[in-house]
Amino acid sequence: MAERSQIRKPAPSERAADVEEAPAGSDGAEIKAELDDLLDEIDDVLEANAEEFVKSYIQKGGE
Amino acid sequence: MADSGAGAVGWDFIDESPGNDARGFTPAGAMAPEVETHLVNAVLTNGARYYVDHAHPELSSPECADARTAVVYDRAAELIAQASMSAASSLLPDGEDVVLYKNNSDGKGNSYGCHENYLMDRATPFSRIATWATAHFVTRQIYTGAGKVGSETPGARLDDVAYQLTQRADFFEEEIGLETTLKRPIVNTRDEPHADAAKYRRLHVIVGDANMSQTATFLKVGATAAVLALVEDDALPRELRFAAPVAALRQVSRDLTLSEPLRLDDGRTITALEVQWELLGCCRKYVEANGPANTGGEATYEVLDRWEAVLAALEDDPMELAHQLDWVAKYRLLEAYRGRHGLDWDSDRLRAMAIQYHDLRPERSLADRVGLERIVDDAEAARAVGEPPPDTRAFFRGRCLQSFASDVVAANWDSIVFDAGADTLRRVPMMEPMRGTRDHVGTLFDDCTSVAELLRQLGA
Repeated sequence: MAERSQIRKPAPSERAADVEEAPAGSDGAEIKAELDDLLDEIDDVLEANAEEFVKSYIQKGGE
Repeated sequence: MADSGAGAVGWDFIDESPGNDARGFTPAGAMAPEVETHLVNAVLTNGARYYVDHAHPELSSPECADARTAVVYDRAAELIAQASMSAASSLLPDGEDVVLYKNNSDGKGNSYGCHENYLMDRATPFSRIATWATAHFVTRQIYTGAGKVGSETPGARLDDVAYQLTQRADFFEEEIGLETTLKRPIVNTRDEPHADAAKYRRLHVIVGDANMSQTATFLKVGATAAVLALVEDDALPRELRFAAPVAALRQVSRDLTLSEPLRLDDGRTITALEVQWELLGCCRKYVEANGPANTGGEATYEVLDRWEAVLAALEDDPMELAHQLDWVAKYRLLEAYRGRHGLDWDSDRLRAMAIQYHDLRPERSLADRVGLERIVDDAEAARAVGEPPPDTRAFFRGRCLQSFASDVVAANWDSIVFDAGADTLRRVPMMEPMRGTRDHVGTLFDDCTSVAELLRQLGA
């Protein structure tokens, strides 16, 4: 069984709006390199004709 | 499934009554869901049900006793879907394929659900369930969301929203109700326990997304099961009601900052993260005092730890969760691609990628390529394709199909009908979901060589 740490912040202080920036994304060099590799890799598997693919992707009925 | 040996066993609809309402009445004008009996239906040897719902395949996992097992059987369902795709495509002419996507919308305003079901004590007042389920469902989106490009809210423009956390939030119009395909409610009132109705209810949850991420699936079912256990035990300290739950559901889905205040009906505000911290704190305290028996067994400890780690990271920087949560993984991938190619959020290339994230073909799936952390390995999931979970009645169902498929005339969640060679068919009820486990009946299957013998031993 995992060692359990004390809950860090259970107290919800109902507060007024303080809207922050959109998620900025950690931009370390390592992450950038990982993303670059990923984008290079997926270029080969992406649907060739994106417009046609998106247009024909339709669900009829069902839940 | 070609390898299940049970493809011929159909589903028995006699006890299906999806029109029953948990509130104890059926509102005038409400439309009860139809049960389609003419489409392909099968029961699998792992205790699951696999069938065609209107136009797409649907797989209901077997009953699972904890969140980790639910992840195992959700992954097994993906493997089953992959095998089905290959089998179906092999029947088609060259150049034609059947492709399955595990998502919840087509990007054109059509949605299809990923339903969760939780066994609950019948004695729990439904109004209390509805209050806390609403608070949880609106706010758990911050880790359950599968991510979506654009808006599909009726009447809105597709590009009103660049990117949002969930696939489903756009399609919900009511706070509570019986429907599942029209005027969808946040809390669904279908009252069809598939078990002893005097003792149990089944909370039928239609508001969640289908997740590619195992962490998201694990937290989705694990945290929800824990919260519902506290609701049953009336162990939540205060009531928390949103002033406008349907609006709050959409607001949370569209708030990538996770910081927008949601209005409560007492005039105060609270953020989705704060609600989740409060629920986690209550669950932690409850489990410390009572143990994990009611909240999902030993797996509860891992649920609580992962829940806490995910909330902390969401608060710090959601992008830390690019290997844990679908909405973050998809957002990061699309944002990087968008930057490299100078695309707008409503470009077809991004939309195509957002769909392809959910492609179940390993050679095409983008979710398979973003480095999502796994909770169960594929060897365990592959075993679960043919083996039922040991600790629910699904064990009995699955073992009957493994050993006596040719004698099973029909099966459903709470009974199996056998043709044992006598003049009449024999129906074995399974009204207790936690009976029929390996501990209860495992040796029966080891000892019995015929279904007649099995029925004799059961005293049926």
